[in-house]
Amino acid sequence: MNQPTHSSNRILLPARGWYITATLLLALFLNLIPLGRLPFVPDWVALALIFWCIHQPLKVGMGTAFVFGLAMDIADASIMGQHALAYVLLAFVGCGLSRRILWFSLLLQAAHVLPMLLGVQLVMLAARMIGGAEFPGMLWFASSIVATALWHPVTYLLLLPQYRPVDRDDNRPI
Amino acid sequence: MSVVGHTPPPFFKRGPAPLARLTFFTALAITLLVADLRFHTLEWARLVLATVAWPMQRAAQMPVEGAQGAGQYFASLLQLQQENSVLRTRSLATANQLLRQEHLEQENRRLRALLDMKERQPVEGRVGEIIYAARDPFSRRVIMDKGLQAGVAAGQAVIDDLGVIGQVTRVFPLTAEVTLLTDKDQAIPVQVQRNGLRAVAAGAGAGSIELRFLAANAEVQVGDILVTSGLDGIYLPGLPVAKIIHIDRDNSYAFARIHCEPIAGVERHGHVLVLGSRIVPPQPEEPVERKDVPAKGKKVRKAAQ
Repeated sequence: MNQPTHSSNRILLPARGWYITATLLLALFLNLIPLGRLPFVPDWVALALIFWCIHQPLKVGMGTAFVFGLAMDIADASIMGQHALAYVLLAFVGCGLSRRILWFSLLLQAAHVLPMLLGVQLVMLAARMIGGAEFPGMLWFASSIVATALWHPVTYLLLLPQYRPVDRDDNRPI
Repeated sequence: MSVVGHTPPPFFKRGPAPLARLTFFTALAITLLVADLRFHTLEWARLVLATVAWPMQRAAQMPVEGAQGAGQYFASLLQLQQENSVLRTRSLATANQLLRQEHLEQENRRLRALLDMKERQPVEGRVGEIIYAARDPFSRRVIMDKGLQAGVAAGQAVIDDLGVIGQVTRVFPLTAEVTLLTDKDQAIPVQVQRNGLRAVAAGAGAGSIELRFLAANAEVQVGDILVTSGLDGIYLPGLPVAKIIHIDRDNSYAFARIHCEPIAGVERHGHVLVLGSRIVPPQPEEPVERKDVPAKGKKVRKAAQ
């Protein structure tokens, strides 16, 4: 088992399915908090989805993205399918690039995540502008930049349960 | 794919190819988009799902409500006293009008009866509170705390103490969605209070309203007050809507660009009044063209040839 891993200095425990679901539901809950048109609030569901797509591409994929996209459409009172379409594309790119992205440092990972999150917003913008909605203003894109800035803390928070060894043993090197 | 005695390790079981999955889900999402955007066929699904999601939404509101409650708790006594005195003065100032209103209404009814005019429809209202603004950044909508259970119906007008703020567009069992006047898709028939000129006002985004389809030389001035004209059968006539703040008369365009700002607190949220639905008087029937007329004409022409 001595192969180089992208999470170089520690071997992670396998991620649990219920934990992934719980964090995604928590993100949905955070998105439901009615903050109105505050510009700097990140899209938590998109952030959680892209995180799990990059770290667990076998467990979280386009199906999960579609379901949570529909949930966001209901919660947001937006057009049905708007978030679903954007999140499915996000999951496709995230899962496809996961093997590449994980080799970079957290800062460079964030640099990969930023264009993906901006892409989500652009897809939603295109879907709505075709439908004849008003342009929400450039400040709306700031939420993606805030989400990217949160990549570092979010990585540590979401990986926390995988860090701990199952049983402590003084004679074991890791 | 199992050869005799050998099953592939689960590592290789990954379902359909990513591109196939992407095509499937994208097609599904685009179908939903078109179904909702063009044909508006998904309202029932939205109603059911929104009802199921209601407890979660209610729970998500709690942090915001808690913060607001804490803020109000620490509001100084002085501020409340000031507000109280302002309200007292205002109620005294309007008492004169209120006391005479009953008298004036009766007089109005008698005069209308004398003139043999149809009586104005009395409209009852329901007080509601705007709980929060919808998160969707592409439209201007707010959510109100009264829904189907309180008798709110889609299409009803919503006003506050200063004027019209919008119209109920979706009703859920416990809440209702109000589209504000500043939404791009929301139009309201108005007339200029000064001279009775009728027009259509529509949202222009960024919290403003524009008056559409008025000729470049239309008789409007900056500062004119727009009130509802009541022609639509939804809004009662005479409710204040907006005030003209800028007129751009460019003769190279057929229409003047008239910018207005709403009079009511459209983007501020508080208590609102939902007016009951109006009963629209039946429209005069259009004369029905008889189908056989053109055929007859042809025959006549043929005969003439």
